[in-house]
Amino acid sequence: MEQEQKKKMLSLGMKIREQALKAVQVPNSGHIGGSFSEADILAVLYFDKMNIDPENPRMQDRDRFVLSKGHASPALYATLALRGFFPVEELKTFRNADSDLSGHVEMTKVRGVDMSAGSLGQGLSAAVGMAVSGQIYQKDYRVYAMVGDGEIQEGQIWEAVMAAGNYKLDNLMLFVDNNNLQIDGTVEEVMSPYPIDDKFKAFNWNVICIDGHDPEAIAAAVEQAGACKGKPTVAIAKTVKGKGVSFMENNVNWHGKTPTPEQYEQAFKEIREQIEELEV
Amino acid sequence: MGEIISTREAYGRALCEYGENPDIVAFDADLTICTMSCYFAKKYPERFRNAGIAEANMIGMSAGVAATGKTVFCHTFAMFAAGRGYDQIRNSVAYPRLNVKVVGTHAGLSVGEDGATHQCIEDLSLMRTIPGMVVINPCDANETEAAVKAMIEYQGPCYLRLGRSGVENVTPDFKGYDFRIGKGVTLKEGNDVTIIATGLMVQIALEATELLEENGITARVIDMHTIKPIDRDIIVKAAKETGAIVTTEEHNIIGGLGAAVAEVLGETYPVPLIRHGVEDIFGHSGTAQALMEKYGLTKNKLAEKVRLAIGMKR
Repeated sequence: MEQEQKKKMLSLGMKIREQALKAVQVPNSGHIGGSFSEADILAVLYFDKMNIDPENPRMQDRDRFVLSKGHASPALYATLALRGFFPVEELKTFRNADSDLSGHVEMTKVRGVDMSAGSLGQGLSAAVGMAVSGQIYQKDYRVYAMVGDGEIQEGQIWEAVMAAGNYKLDNLMLFVDNNNLQIDGTVEEVMSPYPIDDKFKAFNWNVICIDGHDPEAIAAAVEQAGACKGKPTVAIAKTVKGKGVSFMENNVNWHGKTPTPEQYEQAFKEIREQIEELEV
Repeated sequence: MGEIISTREAYGRALCEYGENPDIVAFDADLTICTMSCYFAKKYPERFRNAGIAEANMIGMSAGVAATGKTVFCHTFAMFAAGRGYDQIRNSVAYPRLNVKVVGTHAGLSVGEDGATHQCIEDLSLMRTIPGMVVINPCDANETEAAVKAMIEYQGPCYLRLGRSGVENVTPDFKGYDFRIGKGVTLKEGNDVTIIATGLMVQIALEATELLEENGITARVIDMHTIKPIDRDIIVKAAKETGAIVTTEEHNIIGGLGAAVAEVLGETYPVPLIRHGVEDIFGHSGTAQALMEKYGLTKNKLAEKVRLAIGMKR
């Protein structure tokens, strides 16, 4: 990846965070930490890798993305708005009773959302189903999914992982947003899923470990997944919960908590500065 | 007397027949030879996937395939579909209104020897309470085939309840029988009382009317194959014309057909109502026939309830 492209992706990641935070600010409700940890992966997928058309969101042979950790909707909604699926202005209606932008991602109402999710552990199964359909009907589209590292404590995740390996779904790529934090503490404190890589290997997956905030590594993993035959690919992405805002980073409190007015100001300032630095 | 055939067997044949539609995909959770999805799986292996013993994932995968524009049938026992898969059916299938048909076989006590863990008496209740869900419980082979056809034509989530045991194929004998989702069928006219039945209790209801005739009672019999959306019109008409209603189902009397009918009557035209079914207790091992006797799902017990309902008329 060219340095310029890398900077562009990093800048998009920060813009996603900026818009996600704006979305959360109006209702003062929503999940910031996990939105910020996944933002760079969303930037690379939606602005570089995925075959999608904002003008034709239901295009039959488009690539698909399933946000299994559906609570991290602010970042996905921000990504879709910035990519042109709907006006950025609409983000202000997030979590409003009269809005289409529900707290958890929803496919029937939001342009560009490929699957509704929210009850943890379910989205990956749907992604596997989309990949099965691609396999049955010999379609070229690819299916991407994202789960949280806390989410993989759900048993259904491993049912889906077993199925994808068994069906040899090489049209499927999963990201594990490994920010190491969940509501009640670190994932080890609550219920350790480690080692994550060996578990996927045991289920016949192609396993890649990456820095989830390095656009170059994310893009390379996507390319590697595309070239891998006969196996689904998982990128275990080491990420930082709350990435991009100093007082939120690696702080367990920022799962569902919202900032004070002063903290919003500080957060927007930090994000803006990083965008400006990247766009020099 | 009609042919004796289980609704799951009729279902398997129907899915295989209508399965020539290239947009149909099917999953099963290691029960193909029990749910009878095996006919489809054998004929169209390229459009069938075994999910293994992992029902939650099967329902989620079904949602994913449906999200690509296909019609998906997924199969397991009623207990593991409506029970174990409840959250997946609610959140991954019904909430996004995906075109998944969840087929739960071996419902109710007539599962027989496997016992209470496998005898789902709550599925109609669980499925009925999910917004937008269509819930169908056919009584025989003919009705099952018609239901499969209708479900394929209908765009959206459905739950189909099927039985393990053989049942008499009664509906072909009724002239003008026409299956439409959400429309009950009057199988027998009568003025003194109405029996609203679903699933294999339809046959038992028809038999019960013969006992009642000996007492000079003419009972109307409505085959309520669709539990949701419930046919309000046919219920209200029966209440007005016959003045008392007995519901009968191979299901807990809480939450299923009886509850659905009670809701309609209570809000529109209250008349005496008695719910005949499993009286809020778990099942047991035994032959299907022995269990139906033990739990009172018989024509005699039903006729008793009907006489009681008539006695409650004002």
